[in-house]
Amino acid sequence: MNEHSITVRGKDRYKSGVMEYKRMGYWEPDYTPKDTDVIALFRVTPQEGVDPTEACAAVAGESSTATWTVVWTDRLTAAEKYRAKCYRVDPVPGSPGSYFAYIAYDLDLFEPGSIANLTASIIGNVFGFKPLKALRLEDMRLPIAYVKTFQGPATGIVVERERLDKFGRPLLGATVKPKLGLSGRNYGRVVYEALKGGLDFCKDDENINSQPFMHWRDRFLYCMEAVNRAQAATGEVKGTYLNVTAATMEDMYERADFARELGSVIIMIDLVIGYTAIQSMAKWARRNDMILHLHRAGHSTYTRQRLHGVSFRVIAKWMRLAGVDHIHAGTVVGKLEGDPATTRGYYDICRQDFNPTTLEHGVFFDQHWASLNQMMPVASGGIHAGQMHQLLDHLGEDVVLQFGGGTIGHPKGIQAGATANRVALEAMILARNEGRDYVHEGPEILAKAAQTCTPLREALDVWKDVSFNYESTDSPDFVPSVSAAV
Amino acid sequence: MRITQGCFSFLPDLTDAQITAQVQYCLDKGWAVNIEFTDDPHPRNTYWDMWGLPMFDLRDAAGIMRELAECRRVYGERYIRISGFDSSHGWESVRLSFLVNRPKEEPGFRLDRQESGGRNIRYSTHGYAAVRPEGERYGS
Repeated sequence: MNEHSITVRGKDRYKSGVMEYKRMGYWEPDYTPKDTDVIALFRVTPQEGVDPTEACAAVAGESSTATWTVVWTDRLTAAEKYRAKCYRVDPVPGSPGSYFAYIAYDLDLFEPGSIANLTASIIGNVFGFKPLKALRLEDMRLPIAYVKTFQGPATGIVVERERLDKFGRPLLGATVKPKLGLSGRNYGRVVYEALKGGLDFCKDDENINSQPFMHWRDRFLYCMEAVNRAQAATGEVKGTYLNVTAATMEDMYERADFARELGSVIIMIDLVIGYTAIQSMAKWARRNDMILHLHRAGHSTYTRQRLHGVSFRVIAKWMRLAGVDHIHAGTVVGKLEGDPATTRGYYDICRQDFNPTTLEHGVFFDQHWASLNQMMPVASGGIHAGQMHQLLDHLGEDVVLQFGGGTIGHPKGIQAGATANRVALEAMILARNEGRDYVHEGPEILAKAAQTCTPLREALDVWKDVSFNYESTDSPDFVPSVSAAV
Repeated sequence: MRITQGCFSFLPDLTDAQITAQVQYCLDKGWAVNIEFTDDPHPRNTYWDMWGLPMFDLRDAAGIMRELAECRRVYGERYIRISGFDSSHGWESVRLSFLVNRPKEEPGFRLDRQESGGRNIRYSTHGYAAVRPEGERYGS
């Protein structure tokens, strides 16, 4: 499939009329990507009867300079430079009718430091292009030259830990439940109990903004009373992610300013506010010494299906550039989608300075982050103390483990739930550091810790059989030896 | 109250054998082990006093435990913590930190509230022990 270039050159290239994309210069199998090129890997599923190479060339064309017909005005530009070049097409292993298309884009196609501009090309019109049955953006290679035009995470994992004075273990959080309906006063009660019981953070849920049952100022005031009470009661720095998501930037800035005035260490936004708003809030967070938590609300509408949309690994890369500090990235063992290998890939994108190509984790490119801050992944949704060994094994140490139901649903109350989680975590870290085989001995380690901690005993009894074992809808498609170009 | 700073404060106080194992873990990772002490455990008191320099070159947990014993002998009525410092690029900070000594009595903190406009409150946290001068806060 990777034959030689069939690009029409010279005068004939600009003859009026329609020409196949693969003959217009969007299919260049001899092209070697430059170190400064942005590279996108698409999974292209052409309509019946559409030539795969032509479909992939069309993706390159429609995501860069092309329109449906030849235009003479191309000749007023350095058109060959600006054309995205599909340089490799591989059949997707085990998925007949789909192809991986590698497409290189010249750096000059993109405005520095703008996710909005990057995405307007890469996931713009092209996703609705009729000759394609489906299209998915699987991964991107972002050149260092481009990475360096972004601020990156406002705080980063290291400085977050320094500010919180918490080292050597995952951070613990909980989302206040019920997510809707509590008054500010009752809401703050949940925050106080959870933080005093041993959690580091509480969290607003994605859809807690400013509703009739609780307006935002009321929530912020009661939550900060809870945070400060818990700090004094424990001697530890505590926080609660105050969600500043709102209808307009002006509203968000107002809420963020109020959170800062009250002394909060962290604020929160939702992915649905959009890339530009996220970048604005990241800059605000950097200016105001604030940790910025991102809830990935809405991502599953386009990340979950294997054939169409955008992989979450790409969203994670964009968010690291955009500059958030926390990002929900899956739990593996919890209630939400997350194949272990794929999730591992997301976590690496958040935390490593260099991601080596790891096809089994869905990471298709070497990616240098050029010392951009690390993003703290957040594991949330259907996890509990009894899984602590598995969580530590899958997710590592630099992660926020959020036990919402697993804290608030404890039979003896929220403080007991928080204590159970904290004791389980500390016991597991202690055992791991001592060199024990904590993954296999996990249940024993927890049972031993429960001997001196009744809340943990009760938590283990209540949730011992809870697990979510469903087939994943999005796992990497790869064969261990890289598929030969055909 | 029991101050719960550090990695293992929710567990029963670590035995010396358990501390040795954690120190060994730090050494095996190539981190420098540091002993610090304070009688002002305010949650935002970053700079505890150092018991000498971080032990960059000491690769033996027993040597660090001897230093800890000496620190405890002098400052047994203060908080003492052990931390592992990782100087590798991209981290260059603490990797593990845990308390290894605490005063017999921990009076805890008072939370002061200063009411201001619009229901805003300015909070301030004060250690009850910290009202006395340094060195006179927890027993002798």
